Amino acid sequence: MITIQNLDSGYGKLRVLKGISMHVDAGEIVTIIGANGAGKTTLLNTIAGLVRPVNGKIIFNQQDLSLFKAHQIVALGCSLVPEGRQVFATMSVEENLVLGGHVCSKKHGRSTAAGELERQYALFPVLKERRGQLAGTLSGGEQQMLAMARALMARPTLIMMDEPSTGLAPLIVMEIFRIVQKMRDEGNTVLLVEQNARAALGIADRGYVLETGKIVLQGPAAELIEDGEVKRAYLGRDYETITDR
Amino acid sequence: MNTKKNIGVLGLLGLVIMIQLLTHWTGTQYYLTQLTMSAYYSLVILGLCVLMGYAGQISLGHAGFFAIGGYLAAALTTHDLTPYSNTLIIQVLNRCGLLIQGQDIYGDVLLYFNPWVSCILAISAAALTALVTGIPVLKLKGHYLAMATLGFGTIIYRIVLASAFFGEADGISDVPPFTLVSGIPGLPVIEVSGDFSGRVQNYYIAWSMVIAGTLLLLNLIDSRVGRALRSIHGSEETADAMGINTARYKLKTFILSAIFAAAAGVFLTHFNGGIGPSEAGIMKSVRYVAIVAVGGMANIWGALTMGVLLNFLSLRGIFGTYDDAVFGLILILIMLFAPEGILSIRIRQRLRNAFSSSTSEIRGGESS
Ligand SMILES: Nc1ncnc2c1ncn2[C@@H]1O[C@H](COP(=O)(O)OP(=O)(O)O)[C@@H](O)[C@H]1O
Ligand SMILES: [Mg+2]
Repeated sequence: MITIQNLDSGYGKLRVLKGISMHVDAGEIVTIIGANGAGKTTLLNTIAGLVRPVNGKIIFNQQDLSLFKAHQIVALGCSLVPEGRQVFATMSVEENLVLGGHVCSKKHGRSTAAGELERQYALFPVLKERRGQLAGTLSGGEQQMLAMARALMARPTLIMMDEPSTGLAPLIVMEIFRIVQKMRDEGNTVLLVEQNARAALGIADRGYVLETGKIVLQGPAAELIEDGEVKRAYLGRDYETITDR
Repeated sequence: MNTKKNIGVLGLLGLVIMIQLLTHWTGTQYYLTQLTMSAYYSLVILGLCVLMGYAGQISLGHAGFFAIGGYLAAALTTHDLTPYSNTLIIQVLNRCGLLIQGQDIYGDVLLYFNPWVSCILAISAAALTALVTGIPVLKLKGHYLAMATLGFGTIIYRIVLASAFFGEADGISDVPPFTLVSGIPGLPVIEVSGDFSGRVQNYYIAWSMVIAGTLLLLNLIDSRVGRALRSIHGSEETADAMGINTARYKLKTFILSAIFAAAAGVFLTHFNGGIGPSEAGIMKSVRYVAIVAVGGMANIWGALTMGVLLNFLSLRGIFGTYDDAVFGLILILIMLFAPEGILSIRIRQRLRNAFSSSTSEIRGGESS
């Protein structure tokens, strides 16, 4: 589905990503875990065309994404759920969704986009209840769902999510992650960036560990969860208190 | 939404007719002149309102687009073409009926552009200028964009002030009427001119344009385009990530607002019978921005109301010699009420976003 080769990227003179190589196969949930500032957002934004790569290739369905602009990449079928949700606060829930369907309604017509809207309402019933409410007045979890549904409105084949669990209560995080699994079951491929390593590795097929712009570890999620280094650095004190007592 | 929109426009139409009748009954038709001029200025403000309030892009150069429209209309309909009358291009234009003939005081034949032709050329020139300047300039944000458009306005101002073709400091006068309709049985000749007898007619011409413009913009805002514009105002990067070609939308809005300004320039110049360099001045651009701001930025009706009101008061001389100062003061007051000022419309929006999402997150955390 997507293959990244030797990717360098950053902002101006600041090189944040150094020689990233990775891939995501169709139907997989792949997670990238890493501490704050490791470069996870930079990586997703580079794939999405919001940050220009300095070097390397991003091959998505046989096409080099570095040749496309952000809005074209969405049209190619690669959507981003941005960090911090970024819902349009002063627009209604439904307007946010219709906006997400901009590409879809341009490519397949309004009726297809309208059908897509109904599909999202079926997947996220709470959004249907609040369709007329301003997005800025939703709770954090609802905003996250809106951001996910909005990205799905473009009918992507690859959906990239940047820290969907940030700032949410554990129960809500579980619900969000259940929806991520459901999205995969419905045929989406998911690239999931998380600081919440335990939750992410819990649902992912494979994972990559990103440290200061480099991939330092990779493998099946089940193996990473058992890896001593990952346990120490990313699964944190909670993990130790549970197992070591 | 749809009915609300229609009721608003119908209400405006009713108000326009009522005011005309009122001036008729009370014998105060002299107000119509300023109301006509205010209508044309409001056209500039309406276009700028969509650019600033909805697409979130500032322009401190819109008097420049007004001037491109007004000055080209004036120059092309007043400069005699007979010295070039044996050149091929003038002959072809004449053959196609794109030129009109007149006479000077000695009875010699003069040759000018038909106002329709000059109108189309003038508006096209403004649109093209917006396209060419917009591509690089709209990549800038916030105060950089303000500076760049200010630079553009200054260039246009200096050009009209310095070139003999545009009459230097005197501007261009004796601009002929712009005949919109003539020779249709049952209809009087309808023309844009400052002629005393055509005062009522011109009032309705100007307000028809405002009503048409308002209707067009209200529909635009209500469409997919309008939603895309508002998303750009919300966060350009997120809009991009949603598949919206933000650069193209910003450019199109910039061009549209330039067309509104240029059309106003063309018509007002024919109405006034001339144009002077002050129309291209920076203070005019500042005035337009101030009025959009005071109208509430993303508010077509607000911009229209304030546009008519403030221009009318200004044209009636209410502000006296402090005219420009009043608009400066308005701008200062807006700055005070919005500490980051007009130049940071986007930053304010972002702060509001940040605020509303953080408070709702707290609420979400508590409820779960
Ligand atoms: N817009 C930006 N301009 C300059 N530097 C940035 C920008 N965004 C992020 N950075 C820097 O890039 C590095 C990686 O940031 P980021 O990709 O956001 O990490 P993460 O998402 O893993 O927390 C950090 O050092 C950060 O300061
Ligand atoms: Mg991040």
